[in-house]
Amino acid sequence: MTGPPRAMRGGPSCDRDSMTEPVLKLSGVTKAFGPVMANENVTLELRPGEMLALLGENGAGKTTLMSILFGHYVADSGEVEVFGRALPAGSPRAALAAGVGMVHQHFTLADNMTVLDNVMLGTESLLSPTRDTGAALTRLTGLMERFGLRVNPRAMIRSLSVGERQRVEILKALYRDARILILDEPTAVLTPQEAQHLFATLHQMVDQGLSVIFITHKLREVMAASDRCVVLRHGRVVFEAATAETSAGELARAMVGSDIPRTSRPEPRQGKEILYLDAITVRGRGATPLLDGLNLNLRSHEILGIAGVSGNGQAQLADLLSGLIVPDDGQMVIHGKRVHAPSPAAMLAHGVGRVPDDRTGTGLVADMTVLENLSTEVYRLPAFARRGIMNFKALASRARQLVQAFDIRCPSVDTPVRTLSGGNMQKLILARVLSGAPSVILVNQPTWGLDVGATAYVHQQLLDAAARGAGVVLISEDLDELLQVADRIQVMYQGSLSAPVPAAGVDRAGLGLLMSGSHASPNAATGTTARSAA
Amino acid sequence: MRIEPRESVSLAMKGIAPLMAVGTAMLVCSALLVWAGASPTQGWVLMISGALGSKFALSETLTRATPLILTGLAAAVAFRAKLWNIGGEGQFYMGAVVATWLGTGPFAMPPYLMIPYLFLAGAMGGGLLLLLPTLLKTRLQVDEVVTTLLLNFIVILFVNWLVFGPWKDPMAMGWPQAAPVVDQALLPQVLDKTRLHLGFFIALFCAVGVWWFMRATTWGFEIRAVGASPRASAFAGMPVAAVTVRTALLSGGLAAMAGVAELCGVKGYLTLDLSPGFGYSGIVVAMLAALHPLGVVASALFVAVIQIGADSMSRSINISSYIADVTTAVCLLAVLVAMFLTRYRIRWR
Repeated sequence: MTGPPRAMRGGPSCDRDSMTEPVLKLSGVTKAFGPVMANENVTLELRPGEMLALLGENGAGKTTLMSILFGHYVADSGEVEVFGRALPAGSPRAALAAGVGMVHQHFTLADNMTVLDNVMLGTESLLSPTRDTGAALTRLTGLMERFGLRVNPRAMIRSLSVGERQRVEILKALYRDARILILDEPTAVLTPQEAQHLFATLHQMVDQGLSVIFITHKLREVMAASDRCVVLRHGRVVFEAATAETSAGELARAMVGSDIPRTSRPEPRQGKEILYLDAITVRGRGATPLLDGLNLNLRSHEILGIAGVSGNGQAQLADLLSGLIVPDDGQMVIHGKRVHAPSPAAMLAHGVGRVPDDRTGTGLVADMTVLENLSTEVYRLPAFARRGIMNFKALASRARQLVQAFDIRCPSVDTPVRTLSGGNMQKLILARVLSGAPSVILVNQPTWGLDVGATAYVHQQLLDAAARGAGVVLISEDLDELLQVADRIQVMYQGSLSAPVPAAGVDRAGLGLLMSGSHASPNAATGTTARSAA
Repeated sequence: MRIEPRESVSLAMKGIAPLMAVGTAMLVCSALLVWAGASPTQGWVLMISGALGSKFALSETLTRATPLILTGLAAAVAFRAKLWNIGGEGQFYMGAVVATWLGTGPFAMPPYLMIPYLFLAGAMGGGLLLLLPTLLKTRLQVDEVVTTLLLNFIVILFVNWLVFGPWKDPMAMGWPQAAPVVDQALLPQVLDKTRLHLGFFIALFCAVGVWWFMRATTWGFEIRAVGASPRASAFAGMPVAAVTVRTALLSGGLAAMAGVAELCGVKGYLTLDLSPGFGYSGIVVAMLAALHPLGVVASALFVAVIQIGADSMSRSINISSYIADVTTAVCLLAVLVAMFLTRYRIRWR
């Protein structure tokens, strides 16, 4: 996604803009949830063959708007018109029939059925005793070829990667003759490669006359892939422009309402070694080990970035440092002390703070309150419990302090965390982790699904922690993020790590080579690309 | 028809919904009374007066509520940790068996030692009984719904063997029952000329104790956290397997205490009809109370009113006493539906 904005390549849509009727028209859509206005008088048009990016921070009302369009919610007022005809409110069936297809952020596939079954699901008559799988298969393979969406139609969904599952979701929509495709944060769960592939597919679709809306908050994607963009803030359209005529900076300003808060970066300092992984091997059920003789050195005062395509052992490295798995071989040394029996409690006792990638499932007990979630790692400490009786007064005052210090937006500390936004959940986890003053911090995909402001906040917290002397292991699939905050970067490939390189002198192409399994050093690769470019 | 989550639920609605549910259930049951040829108004009046209308009726209701509170607490504690203990009935009998074993003579103690001793020993018996399926669950991921349910039948057949075989009381004129417990083991009456015994207050004390335990202790906090999300609890460093085992000991112990209370408070000796399904009713009681320990007291009293009232009504107007079971079941269904409807609304189009 480093090419010029799509609109500049002279997509067909530019010329047709003024002539053709919009395929989709939202006018004056308003929806309130209690006192919160999720959408306020939103008017939006989508033209044939157009790729429209819908931008906004978390909670700006993007998903609500699309849910109204697809009939999951009923708007308080306003109208939706598809191909010139009014769409009845609150009926996904009517939306499907009108040619609107939606790919949700969280996939809606049956894991124990095949790709073909999932695609056919809901398209057959309940009364029909037989299934015409042959015709369906022909149609499906036709669609796959036409749009370059390759998946094995006989494969079980549970055996597919996330990228492949998304392809099945898109195929499901196309199979139902969708002419308008809506994708809700389609790249949130994809690797950079998969994302690139996705956008190539989407371009193919708009070239064939389909229209696409994708919801995102990644500016780079908007600039690289869309024809036009609409920015929502606090439920209102605040900015609308052809992508070619705007800039990432302008979009960011429109999204956050001010310039992006920049992460300030102190001079890297040379600290002492605090974490040492020596030839760690974790064998899974498969033939190849998940972690294969992995070595890692972490010093205090530094942020060590772990790059790589997902599925190369990052999850196991995170689980290892979280204490969730025990290595089959090798040793883990923290502050010169060997960790003999790794467990979450043991890692906490060794001063390791852990920020998992899965906030609602692993990091937080979603149904418990802010206070309780802030307490899950400290409730047994003598300051907060005596002879097994918890001191809720002390825990509550600590929680209130943390809520204030980390700017966690919640009505009170007794609010269940499941009602918090993603950014506030992550702030809560950071508050819990950093309040323990850990010397080693593991962070796994810390800014997944966060908006610009929250991302900058998380980065600043990590930089501050490093400045205070902690060592941070930052696992991320977002190269921008690693280049922005990490001091050194190592690339993970098939369960082991490349030699570390300083983030300052590295280039994307070199890292990309390492991520695909080539053993060239990124610094050497810089030279090569420079020469070939010249 | 569509189901939408409600954005906000007022406190008044939360309070009124269960009352409306009970009202609906009474309407449905009224239809049954009409079908059986009785007047529903007369039926309900007889039911209420039969359960609450006199000192004796009230004492019978409270006596009936005693084991229900304890088995209700047992289910509430276990379900809170997502440990699906369906074995309350077996644990109830295990408590009664242990109390019979230790209460029929091997030790002589004054009542103020004997009674706590029997309750503790019985609770240990019930806890250890539930430990078996729990270890199978934590070690081998065996589904505890199946194992705890089936253990009930094993325990009941074991009691069967005891009262027909080695423990059969030679003084009982051939009836299948064990020897009565010694006088020091009997729970003292709290109201003259009624069956209401100290066990009721022990049950109330347990309810308050469990409520405090779940709210204020680290172990209670762990039970709630593990129940809400085992994965997040493990990640935070909680000993999930140990928490599950502790929950099992507590839950099994509470159900067994119901058995001890019923044996030493009402019957005095072990028989096969000691429990008309108190273990299973405990599940209903816990669900009606939405697993809240203090709510369990209220819902146990409610179920006891229906059971005692329906018994009395069926005697007076000659209707099958199964109406009690039907009423309880309809109430449970109605309350569950009401709880669902307070969280979601249904839109017809």
